[in-house]
Amino acid sequence: MFKIVNREEMSDGTVILNEVEAPKIAQKAKPGQFVILKANETGERIPLTMAETDPDKGTITIIYQVVGKSTALFKTLQVGDDYQDVIGPLGKPTHIEKIGKVVCVGGGTGIAVMHPITRAMKDAGNHVICIIGARSKDLLILEDRMKAASHELRVCTDDGSYGHHGFVTDVLKEVLEKEKIDQVVAIGPVPMMKFVSKMTQEYNVPTLVSLNPIMVDGTGMCGGCRVTVGGQTKFACVDGPEFDGHQVDYDELMMRLQAYCEDEKKCYEEFCIMDQ
Amino acid sequence: MAEEVTKKPKREKIPRQPMPEQEPKVRAKNFDEVPFGYSPETAVKEAERCMQCKKPACVAGCPVEIDIPGFIKLIKEGEFTKSIRKLWEKNSLPAICGRVCPQEIQCEGLCIVGKKGDPVAIGNLERFAADHERAHGTGALPPVADPTGKKVAVVGSGPAGLTVAGDLIAKGHEVTVFEAFHKPGGVLVYGIPEFRLPKEIVAQEVNFLERLGVKVECNQVVGRTISIEELFEDGYDAVFIGVGAGLPTFLNVPGKNLIGIYSANEYLTRSNLMKAYRFPEYDTPIIRGKNVVTLGAGNVAMDSARTALRLGAANSRIVYRRSRVEVPARAAEVHHAEEEGVEFFFLAAPTKYLGDDKGRVIGMECLKMELGEPDASGRRRPVPIEGSEFELECDLVIVAVGTGANPLLTKSTEGLTLNKWGYIQVDEKTNKTNKKAVWAGGDIVTGSATVILAMGAGRIAANSIHDYLTWGW
Repeated sequence: MFKIVNREEMSDGTVILNEVEAPKIAQKAKPGQFVILKANETGERIPLTMAETDPDKGTITIIYQVVGKSTALFKTLQVGDDYQDVIGPLGKPTHIEKIGKVVCVGGGTGIAVMHPITRAMKDAGNHVICIIGARSKDLLILEDRMKAASHELRVCTDDGSYGHHGFVTDVLKEVLEKEKIDQVVAIGPVPMMKFVSKMTQEYNVPTLVSLNPIMVDGTGMCGGCRVTVGGQTKFACVDGPEFDGHQVDYDELMMRLQAYCEDEKKCYEEFCIMDQ
Repeated sequence: MAEEVTKKPKREKIPRQPMPEQEPKVRAKNFDEVPFGYSPETAVKEAERCMQCKKPACVAGCPVEIDIPGFIKLIKEGEFTKSIRKLWEKNSLPAICGRVCPQEIQCEGLCIVGKKGDPVAIGNLERFAADHERAHGTGALPPVADPTGKKVAVVGSGPAGLTVAGDLIAKGHEVTVFEAFHKPGGVLVYGIPEFRLPKEIVAQEVNFLERLGVKVECNQVVGRTISIEELFEDGYDAVFIGVGAGLPTFLNVPGKNLIGIYSANEYLTRSNLMKAYRFPEYDTPIIRGKNVVTLGAGNVAMDSARTALRLGAANSRIVYRRSRVEVPARAAEVHHAEEEGVEFFFLAAPTKYLGDDKGRVIGMECLKMELGEPDASGRRRPVPIEGSEFELECDLVIVAVGTGANPLLTKSTEGLTLNKWGYIQVDEKTNKTNKKAVWAGGDIVTGSATVILAMGAGRIAANSIHDYLTWGW
């Protein structure tokens, strides 16, 4: 059992932070790696990239958006409750080295995943510019922490309620026009990563993206998370989750993410009715 | 019991006792176990067929060398508790072996009674003894040796790992099993379906080992959560690696990433481990195809095709590139599948998957094959017949064409010698790897094989580990 020791609601309660006791994982985890969580006996295995780890306290932090039955079930867990299973750390860590100027682009809950990577990039001696975006001001998460983790922070909202009115790609274009960037890391919704990669390709800037396909085991056993990268089939759970953004077949990824949309919708609706 | 049978029929006159099972049409719609098991009367009757050979051929065919005439004699005498104890001497997982071992090519294949008629139903009797103990046993445990103070780590809780754990706990060593999944059992829980091996039985066999003192730690991905080196740092004296093969193979044909194309690993894991067949009671979904094609014809393919029927398929077809003669699955599995309505398309292979605008598979294009010269495996190589294309409509494809070596653990362990396919190289007599105090066995050494061969490998390793812990490397 893995106890929740801290819980926060963000983004009008649509995004939840859980700090969970998992000492072995906290010891080992590196930025970019993920865990698989299962709430209870009948639960689904849900992969989430860690937003924070504290080896001294023996805890890991995950931040997730409530999008379906499983995350809605996670949301019902309070401080003192347990996840039945937490498995990890899984996947390859982000390759961190001093390369110069790095732009970290985070969208939605991707910002949470970006947080430890941003900090590690800064700690490695890079100049880190951070661009984060959300649909509106209320939905933006971790602004303060991202500010502390980077040298420069730029904020965008789709509706203009805060920061730049528009997409992260607008601000990214500005930055790329102005100065020579050595590396871009983009984590967020698949369309965001797709358009960031498209743009950085034009500027010839190496770009890392972190992918979130559907998974079961997370150890390379089932192949459910297969993605096409540079024309080759890769398993995101063991070959990733980070890949060269210029090589990823985003359209296939978006398509495969829809595999269970009808089942998920049905399951979520039933859960919401029961929960009322 | 013996008193009731006043006039015993001659041993040779007793026919092999069939095991009653669910009607094919009924069982194809549920996940309950197919055979019901023997009654005590039937078991005794079947046990009477055993000749009690002085030099039993059957034992030589058993990878874990069970005293087969011994346990059968005890069933014949109605000593069911003693019978299970006799089995436990050599096998910690009799309820499982009685169900999934390919007895026809092992013990029963060599049975002397079988030379002139049907062999003694050794598997059914083993199953009976284990099931009877589970239902009526006292819960008394077999004796274990005094503690040696030595610690063994077993990586993987499949049949190889559980055998090592059972053997070494009995010899007085401390044993901890590390399992990556959230439930122990390996392929026994994620791979083999409920209707062939109820998960309750696996749980009870694992529980039996736990009652003997084996510790089982789930959610431990050795190679990620903890490394082999760290296990030694934590005070383990020996490590056994039995992580299985566990790397799915997909046929490299266009459209292979369409939605609705599963590896057998994924399909079976969703259904068996995650209980997707009980969705939405369980949260994990699974695609329920109406027209299902399973590629391959091994036991895993049979399990997949039969699962598809139970999940509501109107057609469940097996497409296999060789002919019926080369089918690698057990005859009994093929028979069960055909009885339930699984259709076979022999000598055919897909060349292309067809999808709709949402990226879902809607069919496949196949080519017919003919058999040519024997290949490296000794089987005749399938050769495509030009211009023989045909289309099969399908909304679910399960690729069950074998697995490769999962590199997660082997790549994260320095200095472990692998063969060219990525499987761990071991000394065949001891199952020692080239790394000191590290053994390996099961599919990660041999590639995809059977439960009992993995158990046999576990037995060899356990003996060698015991020698090492007693006398040194």
